[in-house]
Amino acid sequence: MTPTVTPAPAGSAASSSPSSGSAVRLRTPRRRHSPGRPRRSVLLTVLTGLVLLYSLVPLVWLAISATKTQEGLSRSFGLWFDGDFALWDNIAETFTYADGVFARWLLNTLLYVVVGAGGATFLAVLGGYALAKFDFPGRRAVFAVVIGAVAVPGTALAVPTFLMFSTMGLTNTPWAVIIPSLISPFGLYLMWVFASEAIPTELMEAARIDGAGEVRTFFQVALPLLAPGIVTVSLFTMVATWNNYFLPLIMIKDPDWYPLTLGLNSWNAQAETAGGQPVFHLVVTGSLITIVPLIAAFLLLQKYWQSGLAAGSVKE
Amino acid sequence: MTTLQPPVAAAEPRPAPPPPRRERRSWTGWGFIGPFVAVFALVFLAPIAYSVYLSLFRDQLIGGTTFVGFDNYQQALQDDRFWAALGRVSLFLCVQVPVMLGIALLVALALDSGRLYGKNFFRISIFLPYAVPAVVATLMWSFMYGTRFGLVGDINDAIGVSLPDPLSPELVLASIGNIVTWEFVGYNMLIFYSALRVIPNSLYEAAEIDGAGQIRVITAIKLPAIRGALVIATIFSIIGSFQLFNEPNVMQKLAPNAITTDYTPNFYTYSLSFSGQQHNYSATVAIVMGLITMVIAYVVQLRGMRKGV
Amino acid sequence: MLKHSRRLLRGIGLVCALALGATACGGSDDEGSGPKTVSGSDVQAALKKGGTVTVWAWEPTLKQVVADFEKEHPNVEVNLVNAGTGNDQYKALQNAMSAKKGVPDVAQVEYYAMGQYALTKQLTDLKGFGADQLADRYSPGPWNGVKAGGEGIYGLPMDSGPMALFYNKKVFDQHKIEVPTTWDEYVDAARALKKADPKAYITNDVGDAGLTTSMLWQAGSRPYEVDGTTVGIDFSDQGAKTYTATWQKLIDEKLVAPVTSWSDDWYKGLGDGTIATLAIGAWMPANLASGVKDAAGDWRVAPLPQWQAGGKASAENGGSALTLPELGGNEALAYAFVEYANAGKGVDTRVKGGAFPATTAQLNSQAFQNTEFPYFGGQQANKIFAESAANVADDWSYLPYQVYANSIFNDTVGKAYVSGTTLTEGLKTWQDASVKYGNEQGFTVEK
Repeated sequence: MTPTVTPAPAGSAASSSPSSGSAVRLRTPRRRHSPGRPRRSVLLTVLTGLVLLYSLVPLVWLAISATKTQEGLSRSFGLWFDGDFALWDNIAETFTYADGVFARWLLNTLLYVVVGAGGATFLAVLGGYALAKFDFPGRRAVFAVVIGAVAVPGTALAVPTFLMFSTMGLTNTPWAVIIPSLISPFGLYLMWVFASEAIPTELMEAARIDGAGEVRTFFQVALPLLAPGIVTVSLFTMVATWNNYFLPLIMIKDPDWYPLTLGLNSWNAQAETAGGQPVFHLVVTGSLITIVPLIAAFLLLQKYWQSGLAAGSVKE
Repeated sequence: MTTLQPPVAAAEPRPAPPPPRRERRSWTGWGFIGPFVAVFALVFLAPIAYSVYLSLFRDQLIGGTTFVGFDNYQQALQDDRFWAALGRVSLFLCVQVPVMLGIALLVALALDSGRLYGKNFFRISIFLPYAVPAVVATLMWSFMYGTRFGLVGDINDAIGVSLPDPLSPELVLASIGNIVTWEFVGYNMLIFYSALRVIPNSLYEAAEIDGAGQIRVITAIKLPAIRGALVIATIFSIIGSFQLFNEPNVMQKLAPNAITTDYTPNFYTYSLSFSGQQHNYSATVAIVMGLITMVIAYVVQLRGMRKGV
Repeated sequence: MLKHSRRLLRGIGLVCALALGATACGGSDDEGSGPKTVSGSDVQAALKKGGTVTVWAWEPTLKQVVADFEKEHPNVEVNLVNAGTGNDQYKALQNAMSAKKGVPDVAQVEYYAMGQYALTKQLTDLKGFGADQLADRYSPGPWNGVKAGGEGIYGLPMDSGPMALFYNKKVFDQHKIEVPTTWDEYVDAARALKKADPKAYITNDVGDAGLTTSMLWQAGSRPYEVDGTTVGIDFSDQGAKTYTATWQKLIDEKLVAPVTSWSDDWYKGLGDGTIATLAIGAWMPANLASGVKDAAGDWRVAPLPQWQAGGKASAENGGSALTLPELGGNEALAYAFVEYANAGKGVDTRVKGGAFPATTAQLNSQAFQNTEFPYFGGQQANKIFAESAANVADDWSYLPYQVYANSIFNDTVGKAYVSGTTLTEGLKTWQDASVKYGNEQGFTVEK
């Protein structure tokens, strides 16, 4: 009600924006861009291209390095190919080395992602919905406590967490990785924003008048509206789970339950011991294989997460 | 701290009044947020409570555990190594976060301007580094930083220059900053871009009628409109900077003399806990650090809400 | 009562339960006084009865040993887990010990790291198992290692690392440089090499606690004195001075490559001749053969350069033992496995796999000494290693908290490699930090 002080939400801004006083809602709702006919600019493209280059060069290095043998890695220039193209051999070796343990790690990671990231998304959706649509005692405290707790450095909490999990008999089991992955503070935040924009309260009330219970209202009315947000949050939690490293490092000692990141790390460390065999080429190829599924997921789900991130895109 | 909440909560979606206030206060909401809170309590609150408990004791290799009250806190407040580490991440925060968010914002504005060739390609490509695990990202960059066999070395050889060693003690903080920037520019860009995408056209039309130029549109419409996104990105970046750990930890193997075991507060607590077996003191430092982070995040949130209106 | 309340609380308030647990497991001096005893017949009975032994080790050759052992004792299952290399595993072990849960029956521990576990009685004293009978089977360095500066025997030596000088003969021949026999000659060789090829270095060193302590050991310095909970730390003896004087020259004149050992760059440098020598433990051949394949035939082994011309001093670099953590179980079976792997048939298996033994029988055998290494152009390198092993002084001791001390080596001594600080000053800082930590941990530290 006091637009000049009220902060703008991530998504919608109209009423709090200073120039909104003169807002006129007239024609051409289709035009999405800034005024002044958007002419394509070479200069701007080149400048943004620099950022693009910066983003891609290390990935190119990784992709090129994955085509090299262990010896080739040592002797050739990083950003160009070595004589023999060993990508397929490397991939094959990655999956067969040490009795094919890499495939096991891949499956473990999938398990952690499906259960961990899936669960995290579900909890974030429920929580965000509650924060956005219900007034309950302690509502204001919840997010403050979440942010506060996230501010405490995780490395120092690792030992207490380990001791707790050990007492509960969870260490060295998949649960030790999955349970901590279930919390995504940023996911909660996104869902909060998204739910408050995407679900018209009238709709919920209409459902209730029809006699629907809270659970049914949630699943039948709210959930479909939240779909784009859910895709977004699940992508973020997926990345977080997929790249999870520190906690599994402490919790999991049995290589059979390693996620990919830990497994790769153990291969990397193999070069550091007496009699160990350096397999940097497998580490590199394995790293590439590790990120490919994520990149594929991003590309495939692009349409959804773009609209999901734009909390409030349902309007106008 | 209880007033801390994301900017959006105060938003007032049109046309209805704020939804949170629509419902009568009841416990129904807990049914939905309960599961999150329960797991959260288990994996965050319980270890923190346990750490607070631990911080009141001291455990020695010889002599066992003794209750020491607030001695550990007193020690932490006078601990040069802790403050030096905090100073380092503060410097990092003041330089890296503005640079990263600045680049992210500029790219987001460029994408939103509609003046780019191949916009979609830019958008997805710049976002990709976010998918790379921090450990892998650091290993890749470390390789490129090598002055002997890495890219820096190759450049030196090729052009006959001698670039300074990115892993030297003077430059290593900047090198870490570069890695973090690389990892998160795309992520922040996307958050800003999405916020920009939903600014109603009506605003632009109004500006057009007023005859506002590009710059004016950006400063008067776009930036205020995405302020919420800016603030939350800043807060998460601050927390991220203060908890800097993975990158220096991985790089330490390659630059052991430039990156000490107390390089960042988080690294320090890690070393205390895992190399030194000083779990109690480590917990103390972590709690102090958490409090400092909270206060700063809170101040930023308050200031962010007020600024530029 | 404690047990009861713990169970009661487990369901609701974990924190409190843990708090109780933590206080309960704080002290470690509530162990029984005498060492455990397990006789040979106990071991035989256990082998017949069978069971599972969990072994935490990263040593690659153990895999085959486990397979052979299981074949010989079909009722026994050995669960071999690589819980991380070196420090990573110690962290895991320490965590498991704090939690009093998930502690392995057998754990690989490096000699330098044994003191802390031995002192806090977290490793089983194997005297009661008859391990003291095995004393003359091992060379002096490793045997000294498993005693960990105390009275007990806290493990059986698995491998050892008597030092030698590995050098790239091709590089030395190309620039017509003599292979050094003293450290003074080594410095001269370093200068000559640098002059001949500005991109080549005599060796790499960015500050490595393991290397520095080994060099001090060879130079006759004995910086650490340990007597139970009383320790002395002093880096100013004559041996330390000898070492720093020489090594300072290498650093000042930039004769050592700023490359971290075991990194990708390091393997590259070993392969392309820009890192020309390594003073390192005798376990290195396997790493060269698998990690630096391109340089096969280029490398040779020479005795470690001496501080005095004509001397024969040597030192250990690396090496580890298999131990029985106090909180592990299955002592009899665990000991049976350890004995099999480190004193019995397993030793030959591991030597065949590329490990370097700690047992004199193997070290002195003709078959071992006459082994020709194709990687070293057919050189019988084991002769040099075996001689080095016999010449290791056995009065060296590490700190009971050497793992921590080593972790801060680069924070302190490392400064000498990247700034104007001298090695002597760096060692002094290291000494002060180690003294401070020792005091904090309740040791009586004498400077």
